[in-house]
Amino acid sequence: MQLDSKVPGGPLSEQWDKHRCELKLVNPANKRKFNIIVVGTGLAGGAASASLAELGYYVKTFCIQDSPRRAHSIAAQGGINGAKNYPNDGDSIQHLFYDTIKGGDFRARESNVYRLAQASVDIIDQCVAQGVPFAREYGGLLANRSFGGAQVSRTFYARGQTGQQLLLGAYSALSRQINAGKVEMFTRREMLDLVVINDQARGIIVRNLITGEIESHDADAVVLCTGGYANVFFLSTNAMASNVTASFRAYKKGAFFANPCFTQIHPTCIPVHGTFQSKLTLMSESLRNDGRVWVPKNPGDKRPANQIPESEREYYLENQYPSFGNLVPRDVASRRAKEQCDIGKGVGETGLAVYLDFAEAIERDGRDIIEKKYGNLFQMYEKITAENPYETPMMIYPAIHYTMGGLWVDYNLMSNLEGLFVLGEANFSDHGANRLGASALMQGLADGYFIIPYTIGGYLAGTSRKDITTDHPAFKDAVKMVKARMNNLLSIKGKRTVDDFHRELGLTLWEHCGMSRNEEGLKKAKEHIKGLQEEFWQNVTVPGREKDFNQSLERAGRVADFLEFSQVMIEDALERKESCGGHFNEAFQTDENEALRDDENFCHVSAWEFKGDDKDPEMHKEPLVFKNVELTQRSYK
Amino acid sequence: MTKAINLTLKVWRQQGPDLKGRLETYDAKNISTDMSFLEMIDVVNEKITLEGKEPIAFDNDCREGICGMCGAVINGRAHGPEKGTTLCQLHMRQFSDNDIIVIEPWRAKAFKVIKDLVVDRSALDKIIQAGGYISVNTGGAQDANSILVPQETAELAMDAAACIGCGACVAACPNASAMLFTSAKISQLALLPQGKPEAARRAIAMTRVMDKLGFGNCTNERECEAECPKEISITNIARMNREYLKASFISTVQ
Ligand SMILES: Cc1cc2nc3c(=O)[nH]c(=O)nc-3n(C[C@H](O)[C@H](O)[C@H](O)COP(=O)(O)OP(=O)(O)OC[C@H]3O[C@@H](n4cnc5c(N)ncnc54)[C@H](O)[C@@H]3O)c2cc1C
Ligand code: SF4
Ligand code: FES
Repeated sequence: MQLDSKVPGGPLSEQWDKHRCELKLVNPANKRKFNIIVVGTGLAGGAASASLAELGYYVKTFCIQDSPRRAHSIAAQGGINGAKNYPNDGDSIQHLFYDTIKGGDFRARESNVYRLAQASVDIIDQCVAQGVPFAREYGGLLANRSFGGAQVSRTFYARGQTGQQLLLGAYSALSRQINAGKVEMFTRREMLDLVVINDQARGIIVRNLITGEIESHDADAVVLCTGGYANVFFLSTNAMASNVTASFRAYKKGAFFANPCFTQIHPTCIPVHGTFQSKLTLMSESLRNDGRVWVPKNPGDKRPANQIPESEREYYLENQYPSFGNLVPRDVASRRAKEQCDIGKGVGETGLAVYLDFAEAIERDGRDIIEKKYGNLFQMYEKITAENPYETPMMIYPAIHYTMGGLWVDYNLMSNLEGLFVLGEANFSDHGANRLGASALMQGLADGYFIIPYTIGGYLAGTSRKDITTDHPAFKDAVKMVKARMNNLLSIKGKRTVDDFHRELGLTLWEHCGMSRNEEGLKKAKEHIKGLQEEFWQNVTVPGREKDFNQSLERAGRVADFLEFSQVMIEDALERKESCGGHFNEAFQTDENEALRDDENFCHVSAWEFKGDDKDPEMHKEPLVFKNVELTQRSYK
Repeated sequence: MTKAINLTLKVWRQQGPDLKGRLETYDAKNISTDMSFLEMIDVVNEKITLEGKEPIAFDNDCREGICGMCGAVINGRAHGPEKGTTLCQLHMRQFSDNDIIVIEPWRAKAFKVIKDLVVDRSALDKIIQAGGYISVNTGGAQDANSILVPQETAELAMDAAACIGCGACVAACPNASAMLFTSAKISQLALLPQGKPEAARRAIAMTRVMDKLGFGNCTNERECEAECPKEISITNIARMNREYLKASFISTVQ
């Protein structure tokens, strides 16, 4: 099957303009006759729901949490990029485009990324108009800071809570539309299936998480904004409810899943402290500007940091990368840390941590300066670890943070399944094999505020759909399936908890499909997970009832999907016999141990098609064509 | 230093909104003081689950103190004993070996218990829906830097905007008032130039809905400020009162 990305022709800078002009328009009077389902209320879903309702569509919006304001986007700290060039330091749309394409290790579509850079400018205007309290200079103008992977200052921020403030902006716009009766909001609902009729997405099946009731909702189009799947690793920086279920159910109904093996590791997280750890906390990567990373020279050295003399410390990043030192990119810093721990030089109780030491910076600049720069982070660190980073070095370790892979979409953000649109982290579109800091918030809002309002109109005006209701047999069948699956989970009454399975899955993936991968490990993991999945369906215990508030049942469904999905992820990692961005295959590295791309054979998107429960998925390629940038190899020595 | 402690929990268990609840006792053994409070409950829940019984239901999501989803009353204090800390960021080193910990849900007329520690806080969303926004549609916004906001004003607005909507202020207030929550949003938007045109309408609409939903009056007990995990200041309530009075004089909204 040939995947049609529907990328418009002509010069990059004119494509979106031209495309918008060519898209069919829906007559304003007809808009309210169209029902649109939006699943998710993060930056992507919140922005899309509000914008579509403002245009006059009738929107039904769903989320898992008790309020749309609590989506995982709320946790983003650092900032959002926008090519405003307010500091006059040489930024431009072209520049942001280039940084993002290169940062993604040349595995994203040029046209989409260029459009993202164009929209970035409007996003900042929109958010300010909504009352987002971005940081300001004394004169009242907006403040900017710089972020990883860029040489210009283009990141806008609201203290360390940029995601929160942007999400509350989208939430306020959404609330206004709820008040106006244009959006019907369904909270505490979990999408458990997608309904496809005549090859078009026409509705969803959800579980009411309070009553346990299964509900059917029909629509003219379905917009998935359900976030990323980093929780497949059990421990990640994602919120507890983040899941792959919505995307994976869509995949099983025919939507292609693209580049599932592109996952991102963040090097500076607070390390794991014990078996019962439930999630990991990110420490902004800006800390690496002043902190020095080191481990003891001798494996097994368990002395406290202050008793290890200078001569017995190894500053491995500074030694291996004399020119970039502690500031090598996220993936490189992460892999080197794991390497040190693997040879026994890790520190802390678990041996899975390295030091990030501020002693020299404090000595040089004084404690005041360091406190001004990082005070809130130091405080958060102390709250969690009870250690004072002004006096003892911080301990950090890499953690899974973001997933670049997601459902395949074309230039209109529509999946290969007609009428199914996918926005935000849930799609695969803009970050290639590696995402740069401060660009996920940008993408979620670009998709929701500025892209879907145009492209969904083109779809609705340009296709015919049958009149259906939730009485259609496709809905009845889907409900039956969903219920059977739940009853099955409840009736197993085995001996292991859901979390126990999830933890084992996570460890296996972290070991073999995490920071670095090799064929043998991937194959081993695949076998192991197959067995784990079998055991899950025979030995999991899920207490409680179906028609009730039942958090064990919610989690069981999500973990069941993670188990199945992880096998597609591994398959994708096996298939991609090159290294690029977050996918590091040990067999493909440069002499400097960096990711070695194979542009001749792997300059494509891998889109996986579900072929049946006991069949392997089939891979389709979307070739990536670069007309505006030159493919280069990274080096940080 | 990491230690392991043993605790006795007395946890509010309630099957459903209209059923009677009661405190049940659980042992929490061998709890590492490095764990967060919610991880401690996870441990207890794993044990309950393996006994084939239903684990304690509690809301949580980010576990980083930002989403506002978690919350419970711990020994009579909303979000527990540590100041400026959400329940998910509270760590077990705040407790000692053999402590007895009483864990109850938020209690307020406007927050119905759904199950165990889970309550219905949708009333807070309804207050925002009544006017907690600036009425701009997507598109057509002017250049962001054409609106100047003095740095001090932006900082004050940000202080108020930091509210995570957890509802602890309501739970802590003897009158179950939602004034701190409501005033935080009214303040944020009234401070910023973008929010001024609708300030009067907003203050009146949000206050009305707040009253209608069954939240109590503010009688200056200051418990809300003391328990708020984001340390939202009660000067916001004073600002809200001013906005409301001003609006009542000049407003055309009836
Ligand atoms: C700790 C942390 C810090 C970050 N910092 C930054 C940063 O500084 N800058 C940056 O650009 N990016 C950052 N990111 C990444 C960024 O926050 C996310 O990629 C982005 O917010 C995702 O937004 P989204 O709208 O796609 O999805 P989400 O915000 O994840 O929202 C998903 C929505 O879908 C709903 N949902 C999910 N599944 C279902 C289902 N089955 N049924 C019904 N509803 C469902 C959820 O309820 C939720 O409403 C950070 C990420 C983390 C983890
Ligand atoms: S004001 Fe404080 S206590 Fe009240 S909802 Fe906001 S953050 Fe929670
Ligand atoms: S779980 Fe998000 S604030 Fe506690």
